Amino acid sequence: MTAAGRAFKYGDNVDTDAIIPARYLNTSDPAELAAHCMEDLDASFARAVEPGDVLVGGSNFGCGSSREHAPAAIKAAGVSCVIAASFARIFYRNAVNIGLAILECPEAAEAIKTGDRIALDFEAGTITDGTKGASWKAAPFPPFMRRIMEAGGLTEYVRVRLEEEGKAAAAGGTKGGAS
Amino acid sequence: MPMTMTQKILAAHAGLESVEPGQLLEAGLDLVLGNDITAPPAIREFRKMGARTVFDRDRVVLVPDHFAPNKDIKAAQQCKCMRDFAREQEVTHYFEVGEMGIEHALLPERGLVLPGDLVIGADSHTCTYGAVGAFSTGVGSTDMAAGMALGRLWFKVPEAIRVELSGSLSGWAGGKDLILTLIGRIGVDGALYRSLEFQGPGVESLTMEERLTVANMAIEAGAKNGIFPVDEATRTWAASVSDRRYREYRADPDAVYAREVRIDLSRLAPMVAFPHLPSNVRPASEAGDVAVDQVVIGSCTNGRIEDLRIAAALLRGRRVARGVRCIVLPATQKIYLQAVREGLAEDFVEAGAVLSTPTCGPCLGGHMGILAEGERAVATTNRNFVGRMGHPESEIYLAGPAVAAAAAVTGRIRDPSEVMDPPARDRLLGPPERRESRTAAPAGGAR
Repeated sequence: MTAAGRAFKYGDNVDTDAIIPARYLNTSDPAELAAHCMEDLDASFARAVEPGDVLVGGSNFGCGSSREHAPAAIKAAGVSCVIAASFARIFYRNAVNIGLAILECPEAAEAIKTGDRIALDFEAGTITDGTKGASWKAAPFPPFMRRIMEAGGLTEYVRVRLEEEGKAAAAGGTKGGAS
Repeated sequence: MPMTMTQKILAAHAGLESVEPGQLLEAGLDLVLGNDITAPPAIREFRKMGARTVFDRDRVVLVPDHFAPNKDIKAAQQCKCMRDFAREQEVTHYFEVGEMGIEHALLPERGLVLPGDLVIGADSHTCTYGAVGAFSTGVGSTDMAAGMALGRLWFKVPEAIRVELSGSLSGWAGGKDLILTLIGRIGVDGALYRSLEFQGPGVESLTMEERLTVANMAIEAGAKNGIFPVDEATRTWAASVSDRRYREYRADPDAVYAREVRIDLSRLAPMVAFPHLPSNVRPASEAGDVAVDQVVIGSCTNGRIEDLRIAAALLRGRRVARGVRCIVLPATQKIYLQAVREGLAEDFVEAGAVLSTPTCGPCLGGHMGILAEGERAVATTNRNFVGRMGHPESEIYLAGPAVAAAAAVTGRIRDPSEVMDPPARDRLLGPPERRESRTAAPAGGAR
């Protein structure tokens, strides 16, 4: 899978209140959330962002609250990937779980500037900055997390698992040997 | 391989003899928590997963506390979504307005979390329960949905940071000053992907409530969890809230820590975190001339009875400074009632403070105390990010209840000692001495 777009670059410790202020959490509708994405940090972001664009942060991206509304807002805004030097752990889990692509790469996060043309190859884990003519390799995901991402997120992963467990239980039941 | 306390709890819940940092595992859950903001999306994902019933109706806890009592129509819809789900699934631990409180104060109070438990909550401050020797961590809504459906969830075994505590707290310094000092020392990502393991001879001097405050803000250093060893104080507390059996886990003496931080509790002073990061700390005595518009005393961090007693000690017989709005939010109904019975409610109202029903409200800029452009608040809450309590051009200064109450009285950030000398620790944290009710004064009588 590949993606391409312009970079929007921010600093260290981009928190979830900056990504989606809590005053908008009286809804969980992704489109509504996307309209206010990054509002308190960059009021022009939600209007300027286009499908495929890339969000770049420094260290500890997504720190603060556990609100899944944060990666959901970024995803619904059309962002194809978040690149950061490091991610706060709940944001990291949430992104994997809802299928928002994230790449951890301190070198890319440092070098990329707002407006740069970025191309991504998720299989290879490569980040290419066409404006700078530079490219980097991001840290690979552990196989278990890749399975969740390949399933399309945790919801789909659990759905298939529940379905299989249901079938197994039903099969066990017909043999009369359910434990 | 020797293990930390966190690693042992994870191993036991995954049915493994031992685990090592970085290992991915699937563990059984003792409790799954959600609130009115995070549960509605979790319920949606739960349905999409094809799940029909929660894994155990006694092990799912739903608390409307963030935008409850309903702050607007949309919030009302979200609370209703959660309420309907609780009814449909016959969830045992759903707490309606009137019995609810801020989730992380409520669950320990109700004895729903005990030592050795593994708890996930769709709220980042779920790490609070490390105070009682449980492994607990915040997750998102989809993780909560998976937890409700399966009763299991995947975890990465964290490396650990050992926080060695010595000495004991004195004066106005409290649990908040300990955790702010630690975050100031290691930074907001200082414990990223790691557990904070509090140890050392200083632990036993901390009350359970102080430990809850400390563990609560482990997330503010980026930690996966913060955890305290189980000692006599923990056992006494556990026996007072539940008769359920629990298991104590102890770190191996030769467990490996990625880093060690030492803190002498006897040297801690009242601290304040300046905008806009919890790590931006300095002693309140060195705050300079910072005038404040609002003071918030409450939240999952500092809304317990000891916090209210400390605040009341400073507000009793004094007045909230002109131009300052002081809002006090007991974290649960039980704490609220106790504040009334101990006369603290009277102290607050007579001082000119507002006494609110339990809610997370102002902490996350929801309701009950939103800041206007250019306004400043001192808050006993946990985050001072841009726009957290209202307008993006407002400012939040984080502190413990003593600094907050002193700010309410003086209108400035001050060391509380400038307002009054600290009482002895036992007197400060214990209920105030009984006195004649002042509200019994004849109607219309002069004060």
